[in-house]
This record gives sequence, structure tokens and C-alpha cells, in this order.
Amino acid sequence: MSNIKYTEDHEWIKVDGDTAWIGITTYARHALGDLVYIELPETGRQIAKGDDFAVVESVKAASEIYTPVTGEIVEVNDNLQDNMDDLKEDIDTGWIVKVKMTDDSEASALMDKAAYDSFVEGLE
Amino acid sequence: MKQTPLHSIHTGLNAKMAEFAGYDMPIQYSEGVMAEHNWTRESCGLFDVSHMGQITLEGEGVAEFLEKLTPSKISALKDGVAKYTVLTNEDGGMVDDLIVTRLSKDKFFAVINAGCKDKDIEWIKNHLPENITFYSFEDRALIAIQGPKTEETIRSVLGFDLSEQGYMRYSEAESDYGLLFISRLGYTGEDGFEISVPNEKAADLWNAFSANDNVKPVGLAARDSLRLEMGYPLYGHDIDATTSPIEADIAWIMGKMTNTGFIGAERVINEAQNGASRKRVGVKITGRGVAREGAEICTPDGQKIGELTSGGFSPTLQGAIGQGYIETKFATEGKEIVVRVRGRDIEAVIASLPFVEAKTKKPIKKAA
Repeated sequence: MSNIKYTEDHEWIKVDGDTAWIGITTYARHALGDLVYIELPETGRQIAKGDDFAVVESVKAASEIYTPVTGEIVEVNDNLQDNMDDLKEDIDTGWIVKVKMTDDSEASALMDKAAYDSFVEGLE
Repeated sequence: MKQTPLHSIHTGLNAKMAEFAGYDMPIQYSEGVMAEHNWTRESCGLFDVSHMGQITLEGEGVAEFLEKLTPSKISALKDGVAKYTVLTNEDGGMVDDLIVTRLSKDKFFAVINAGCKDKDIEWIKNHLPENITFYSFEDRALIAIQGPKTEETIRSVLGFDLSEQGYMRYSEAESDYGLLFISRLGYTGEDGFEISVPNEKAADLWNAFSANDNVKPVGLAARDSLRLEMGYPLYGHDIDATTSPIEADIAWIMGKMTNTGFIGAERVINEAQNGASRKRVGVKITGRGVAREGAEICTPDGQKIGELTSGGFSPTLQGAIGQGYIETKFATEGKEIVVRVRGRDIEAVIASLPFVEAKTKKPIKKAA
């Protein structure tokens, strides 16, 4: 799984050609607590690196999810709306959006698994 | 940051800690807010509320003094009876909401909000008549124990039979944990007690309760979702220095309005007689999503009529709920509205409060 990258905001990215699948990591899921709702974006929306593109709601608070890559949202995982438990570090079911990237250097600059694991370790 | 006497217990339980009203407080424990919320509704939740202020006022005429500070008929209270009321300001808004308990004709106990403690104390002292003594307990912690199994849990842990103590009633008892002030009330809508305990015994009392299988610790996040289901206002959010008791729809604290000499009475009485332009209401979200404090409340055609002051997800109803102020003419139960969240309109209706039926113990009626 060498094409999976990670961000300091605890998103994971699967790079598949010029498309990035974006989801949140186990660490993020745990930190967010009991999630009750996800607000998903529309397909076709242009997003730039650092933009928030989705919002997850827990019992207590709303948290934004940020994109580490610039591009166009080409697919949205609507299934999450009724299956919040699927929102996790699972490439097949846990992705939130697929983004057609305009600059693939943004993804390659992100952390690999080993770097992310030690980043998380440093937080605890 | 300040700490309660139970701080090391919370950190030892790996609670998620955060600042609240200047204190480092447990927001949730390992099981999380949903489980803690449901446990309180089903069994018995244990809350550290030691950040709240515990005070007494003592002296001849103290009830009359309290009838200046609050719009309630304090002089009608009997010994050992607690009452929810508010401190009003000159403009008829609120300095704080609080529970006052008559200990004797000349002595009252009160519990005030953590975030208002300093302000309240200054307010009270500024109005204090010479013959009334104000005292603030810095040497006492406060533990709330709430839920349907509370009475049996207390019987088993403390050996006290509190079945004869009614809702909003107060008692004192000597125990292995020092002198306890035991009030049958709370902020969850469940039967339960708030127990004032000497600081040095607080950890022992907490641990004794925790060791009982009925009991789990509950953090401030679930305390908030529990009170939200009951439609209880939270000071600084749902009520503040600008909102009157009439607007907040808590006119019941004034009974038959026989106290007319309180601070700010002019506006409050005027609104009681002629109505207020806005009113606090419940908002039940029927569409998809969760709306929080600050979300605009609009008519379905987009006209802004108010704003949410609290909002969140109800674990009991498995849906989003909130409360807020809207123009009184729109404040009819069942009225369809929308709440605006990040530019998106979510369908909702005006709902009566509480959202979830209160399970507080009924007052005990003694035979004459």
C-alpha cells in the first residue's frame, strides 16, 4: 500500500493515477468520538489544498475535513450518510470523496505510513 | 487553570480534559458521550460539578434580600426546600441562574454557575445589606449522581434511605465522608442528587460511588446533551444579561408574581403583562444535519426570525435538537421553520420543551 499518504490533519489519501481518494484516519475517528452526521460536498466542486470540503458532526461539535490536494471532486461517497460507521481508515468503504488532482506533487509531498505513525506517536 | 479536588481521578481515568469556566474539566471518559448519556438515562451517572459555586446567605431578613435579587417568592419557601430561580439585573436581564435552598428562616444555601461565580459574588456583595452575611464554600466539592438507579445506589453505598426525600428537597447527613449536603435535583431530567462534600473527602466519596456496578462517570459533554434534551437553559448561551425570564419562558419561577420589588422588575413585569417580542423555544430538526449555537432560524421562505442558542444531537431521540429565540408571533408548536447551517437550510419545527419527559421524582405529599 505504498500509494497511501497521510496528512498532519489525519486524513489519508489513496493516489490512483491522477485521482486521490480522501478519508480520515483511525486516529481522527477516535478523536472525533461518536459521529452522527456527515455533510458531503457536491460532485464537480473545485477545491484547493487546505480547503474544507466536508463536515462531520459528533454529539458535541462539528469538525471540518480538509483536502491536502487541489482539484475537482469527481465522486462523493453518499453511502456514508446512512452508514457513519464506514467512515474510517478503510480504502474500499471509508473514502469520502475522489478528487481529480491538478498537481500531483501535492500528494507526493505528504507523509508515508511510517512517517505518519511516528507523527501520531509524537502526539501522545 | 483551576482544578477540582477530583482532577487526578479524571486524568487517571484518561478522561478527555478541557477548560470550562477556568477549570480543567472532564469532557468525556473512555466510553464516550453517547454511552455516558444513555447510561445516565438507564442507570446512574456520576458527575464532578465541583467547579460550581456553593454559597450561603445568613441573617435576619435574608428572604426579603433574596426577593430583591430574584423575581421569585423566596419568603414562601419552607425549610429544606430548593428552588430554581435567577439573579436579575437592572435591565431585567439575568446575572445568572441558580438554585436557592432555605436551610432555616434566616439562612439560605445556593449553588451558582462556575462561569458566573466571581461576577455573582461581586453582584451579591454590592447589594448586601449590613446584617446579612455572605459565605462562599471554598472547602467543598460537589458531586452529582443522576439516573433511575440513584436511590438504590445511595442506599447501598452510603446506607441512607432517601426515599422520603422529595424532588427539590434538601437534607444534611453525617457520613464516612464528612457532613454531606444532599439535594434531590439535577441538570439531567433524571431522578438524582447533588451532594456537597468536604474537599478532602470528595475523592473517597467519588471512588465509593464508582465502585458500585450501577455507576459510571459522566463528563460535561453528556451533561450538556442531557440538559439539552430537557430544554434546560445554559447560562451564557440560552440566557444572559440581555434575556429576561419572560423571554426565556421561565415565568413559572415567579409563581403568581407576588414579588414585584426585585431588581429589574419594571421590564419583567411589563413583559409578563404585555408579552415580549422574542421567546425561547425548542427546535427539533426534521431534515438531515445538526445545528449548533448561532445558526439562524428562518421561515421556510428564508425570512430570518431568530437564532439558535444551543444545539446538538439527542442520543435519546437519535436526532438533532436545539433551543433558541424567535419572534414571539412565530412561536407556535409545530410551526415549520428552517435552520441555516453553513449556508444550507435544514428543515425543522418549533417544539415544546422538554424533548424528553422528565423522570424527576415527584414531590412527596405528607398526610396532614
